[in-house]
Amino acid sequence: MNTSVELCGVTLKNPVMTASGTFGSGAEYSEFTDLNRLGAVVTKGVANVPWPGNPTPRVAEVYGGMLNAVGLQNPGIDLFCERDIPFLKKYDTKIIVNVCGHSTEEYVEVVKRLAEEPVDMLEINISCPNVKEGGIAFGQDPKAVEAITKEMKKYAKQPVIMKLSPNVTDITEMARAAEAGGADALSLINTITGMKIDINRRKFVLANKTGGMSGPAIHPVAVRMVYQTAQAVKIPIIGMGGIMNAADAIEMILAGATAVSVGTANFQNPAVTMEIVEGIERYMEKYHVSDIKELIGAVSE
Amino acid sequence: MSEKFQENVTVLKQQCIGKDIYDMTIQTKHIAGHAKAGQFVSLYSNDASKLLPRPISLCGIDAEAGTLRLVYRVTGEGTGTEEFSRLKAGDTIRVLGPLGNGFTVEPGKKAFLIGGGIGIPPMLELAKSIKAAGTCEFVSVMGYRDAQTFLLDEFKEQGDCYVATEDGSVGAKGNVLDAMKEYKLNADVIYACGPTPMLRALKAYAAEQGMTCYISMEERMACGIGACLACVCDSKEKDAHSNVKNKRICKEGPVFLAEEVDL
Repeated sequence: MNTSVELCGVTLKNPVMTASGTFGSGAEYSEFTDLNRLGAVVTKGVANVPWPGNPTPRVAEVYGGMLNAVGLQNPGIDLFCERDIPFLKKYDTKIIVNVCGHSTEEYVEVVKRLAEEPVDMLEINISCPNVKEGGIAFGQDPKAVEAITKEMKKYAKQPVIMKLSPNVTDITEMARAAEAGGADALSLINTITGMKIDINRRKFVLANKTGGMSGPAIHPVAVRMVYQTAQAVKIPIIGMGGIMNAADAIEMILAGATAVSVGTANFQNPAVTMEIVEGIERYMEKYHVSDIKELIGAVSE
Repeated sequence: MSEKFQENVTVLKQQCIGKDIYDMTIQTKHIAGHAKAGQFVSLYSNDASKLLPRPISLCGIDAEAGTLRLVYRVTGEGTGTEEFSRLKAGDTIRVLGPLGNGFTVEPGKKAFLIGGGIGIPPMLELAKSIKAAGTCEFVSVMGYRDAQTFLLDEFKEQGDCYVATEDGSVGAKGNVLDAMKEYKLNADVIYACGPTPMLRALKAYAAEQGMTCYISMEERMACGIGACLACVCDSKEKDAHSNVKNKRICKEGPVFLAEEVDL
């Protein structure tokens, strides 16, 4: 049975990765999940300097999901290179670094800094709904998406994945813009902007008022967007959004994803990523699928 | 850092011990044997629409028997804690733990053990562990809303214990500081768990008196293990992990030196 997939010239042992922001740089989850079993670890977004993030409360549970407004708290690229990359290098998995910034210059600074580091790919976060500048501001205008993608490609030594926001009228327009800018792959979807109000206190639950919704309730939206995007572009897609188990992961692959990222499910079960790898293997056995690549985009009308 | 485990545990018993306050004992394989006072466990709901684990403090640890006692408040209708309150002997529930740092007691220094509301349960395990080890002298001060003084008899079994109630129905009228003043209590160091206004007042009191004060903090959590950065608090110094002035309550905490954190 072959579970390996090719992503921008990098071979992943299986299509299961972690969704940025839910998994740190893997250290905490390594107590419950064997990182060697994962196709790749996608790190929490890292910026040129440390970011303190948003005030608390930063999370709220909603029916079938959650809202977060962490605001891209991160230790900055220097400490990240010194501590997090060497940690991940101890494991037989691919390293994908998620990059965030307030401006093109800040993204470029991180991308340049990572050029000589032993990381496999870069995922550029142009879709975080929880920061005021940068983030989503780059991801909602196709001209801006294409421009920042071109800038990233100019300096990146590793393949560039652009992470897209679902908070747009037509995600395929953003996907085409990223492809036109030279993106090597796309990640979708980031969280959907939401809000929760405490009716007893008549106050917003999140200090940031709004937060990004994730979890199983958004999975059908993500599957639809991955499918639409797969019809619109030629570059590979990493599918994410509410993947809780192997069935959800397989659904995403059938919709056209080459790999999948598992996020919120980690909070529900810290060993879930490994269990999804095993579940995919069982599915392949059951349906006599010898190579997982047969499943990519294999949904039929 | 203690080793953490994810286990399906069996409920041994559960009873209601006050309005919305439940007392549940669970049989663990490894968690209890690695736990200490002031740590917590995360309980997962069996309802797939409720994704996030509920952090619950440890009211009792029996390392030998492998059991944990959890005393918690049901926070409302249709909540995860309401679901837990329906569990009966023989039912199973998924638990992650032990989590967080727990209390480190300074030997020989007379201690105030202070609990407020649903911050009271973890102080009982602390009282028992200090008494069993003979680490130091201590006096307990517990703050309740009213005459529903859950766990109070068990605190009295551990030694000197004073009470404050908001409505004045038992002990001193007011909060724990009112009780400390009314009964002219003294100690060298404070260990406390309770609502933020109480912790803030204790921090100010300790600073005034030149006392060391350890407080156990609370915040909405997601992962419970330090990965998601949801439950941070403001810290005075730059934290080594976060590289900003934020500490993770679930990882570096929940117990902090009061002077280390901004409340």
